[in-house]
Amino acid sequence: MSETIIEVKDLSKCYRIGRNTSKGDGLRHVLESAVRAPFAWLKPEERKQRARTEDFWAVRDVSVEIKRGEMVGIIGRNGAGKSTLLKLLSRITEPTKGNIRLRGRVASLLEVGTGFHPELTGRENIYLNGAILGMSRVEIKRKFDEIVAFSEIEKFLDTPVKRYSSGMYVRLAFAVAAHLEPEILIVDEVLAVGDAEFQKKCLGKMEDVSQQQGRTVILVSHQMPAIQNLCTRCLLMDKGQLIMQGGTDEIVNSYMTKGAALATEGLVDREDRTGKGNVRITSIDLRDPDGNVIHEAISGHDVVLSLGYETKDGAEVNDCVFCVEVAKDLKNYFSLSSALVDRRPLSVRGRGRIDFLVPNWPLMGGRYHINFYVGSNKGVEDYLNDASVIDAIDGDFYGTGKLHHEGWQGVSVLVKHSWTKHEEG
Amino acid sequence: MNEVTIEAGRAERQYWRDLWRYRELFYFLAWRDILVRYKQTVIGVAWAAFRPLLTVAILTFVFARLGRMVPENYPAPLFIFCGMLPWQFFATAFAESGSSLVSNAGMISKVYFPRLVVPVSSVITSFVDFLISMVIMSGFMIYYQFMPPAAIAMLPVFMLMAFATAFGGGLWISALMVRYRDFRFIVPFVVQLGLYISPVAYDFTRVPEEYRLAYSLNPMVGVISGFRWAILGEPNPYPLSFAISGVVIVLIIVTGVAYFRKTEKTFADVI
Repeated sequence: MSETIIEVKDLSKCYRIGRNTSKGDGLRHVLESAVRAPFAWLKPEERKQRARTEDFWAVRDVSVEIKRGEMVGIIGRNGAGKSTLLKLLSRITEPTKGNIRLRGRVASLLEVGTGFHPELTGRENIYLNGAILGMSRVEIKRKFDEIVAFSEIEKFLDTPVKRYSSGMYVRLAFAVAAHLEPEILIVDEVLAVGDAEFQKKCLGKMEDVSQQQGRTVILVSHQMPAIQNLCTRCLLMDKGQLIMQGGTDEIVNSYMTKGAALATEGLVDREDRTGKGNVRITSIDLRDPDGNVIHEAISGHDVVLSLGYETKDGAEVNDCVFCVEVAKDLKNYFSLSSALVDRRPLSVRGRGRIDFLVPNWPLMGGRYHINFYVGSNKGVEDYLNDASVIDAIDGDFYGTGKLHHEGWQGVSVLVKHSWTKHEEG
Repeated sequence: MNEVTIEAGRAERQYWRDLWRYRELFYFLAWRDILVRYKQTVIGVAWAAFRPLLTVAILTFVFARLGRMVPENYPAPLFIFCGMLPWQFFATAFAESGSSLVSNAGMISKVYFPRLVVPVSSVITSFVDFLISMVIMSGFMIYYQFMPPAAIAMLPVFMLMAFATAFGGGLWISALMVRYRDFRFIVPFVVQLGLYISPVAYDFTRVPEEYRLAYSLNPMVGVISGFRWAILGEPNPYPLSFAISGVVIVLIIVTGVAYFRKTEKTFADVI
């Protein structure tokens, strides 16, 4: 049981980003630069553009060993390199450096329903998807009934999948992949879809695959409970590197506690942001109305969400719009925008901060993610998802000393309200 | 235990073994394309027969009746059918395999399998249409009570040549298309002009002798002449064209496979 099944050594993957790959990858550009190449060095402008192509290391020097029958979770922020690592493991893309030794068949579930054809029926898609994932026809035939039973779509077996609900679609896709019987199963965030009932079933199936059948499962998820339930071991990635590995509880805890600090500290170095960059957000924090930094937002209190900015070379940037989104579990709870509440033109220069005052903080206790967007008259300047996290704690929002009780379903935003009674007759 | 090593550069030493393991995928993808093609159509598979029939009717009218470019000693529709059969196959296979990788982008960026399967399956799909057209043509031959010569035994060789041309061309065009979408515009152009620089609707003897060598560099010239020779017994006025076609086809396949294999590793990154 303790035999090593995956051996990753100094694995790196480099993408070239910038002008050469994003815009000028057409044939014309190739022909053009072939003609121009001998003279390119004469033009300083051309050289500058060339230098703008950057190497981006999506995965850098990752070494890890995974044993047979292990269930390993990979966690980390968006853009930490988790998905790229999975793509490398499942041989979709080639590493730039380093190597991977795989002792067994790999099946990857990077997106459910890959290879499903909307026009084909459920039955036809089971065969097609199975074949794409590497199953033989005989194998699929043997598993067919089991797959159908697991997916609970018997009645719709001969209906084109384009008429399926998204839940049915996901169920069928997962069912095919789960019956693949690979030695190594790679799963990326598939549990984010489907209803709670089916999620539970999938988790059970994965547990079964790993424990009963002694297969190896690698799972990437942002859902910590799923990771904690399933995985015995965890890898924490950040900026393409494997920064920690060990027991799940230990890793998840340190990710959760350090998460907030890590996120804001690393904000300046985040490479997954988009935009021109004439203005950049350098810090995100919570303050009280007097401007003192606080660590938690308390429901019902006046809270200031503060965005620190810096302009490129201290130049002035005109007609700015600053936006912040407060989100949780991929759901956007509310957003703030400097342009929505005010008609004054906003210009910034050098360093500074924009403070958004939120009276009566309307969210219940929990951890929320911050996405931000800065635009100017030139377009998008800086945009980043999952830029930081903020913690909220329950407070006396209604001034009655009462709260929605914990885990109250369906409450997302707290709204001040009152009621009156009118009796008729 | 099959052990796989993934490494930069030589990640796919086991490529051909993988291709064998995924051999059923050729069948499944071709099967999918055929199934999908006639879903939600009213006359369904009848299209496979309708298309060549209509093309032959129009080409016969234009080139045999109006243009008088077809020899008199064969029934004109039959003569044209012999040329159209391999040409239509090549044209569809070339166009379909050209766009095959791009239209299966989702699969390519999410699942591993030898990418070669995708364009080849498109060629296989077109080959099925080709076989249906063959059946229709046999119907024509019965109608005209035309007895094929003994050379008909050589027909499989020319079918193989047609397949090989489509295979090699398909590899090139599909790999190029992944990176340079410009080829989306080049494909219809090649298909359209190819019809005129191949002896589809006229006979080879009309090509002046001094141009025949250059003309034969088009591999479909050898293939189409071969079809006419095997089915109708029409002699090839320039037998060297068979050899030239053979060489060109081998060249296209060898370079096509090499180019495809070279670029294949980055498909998922650039598609």
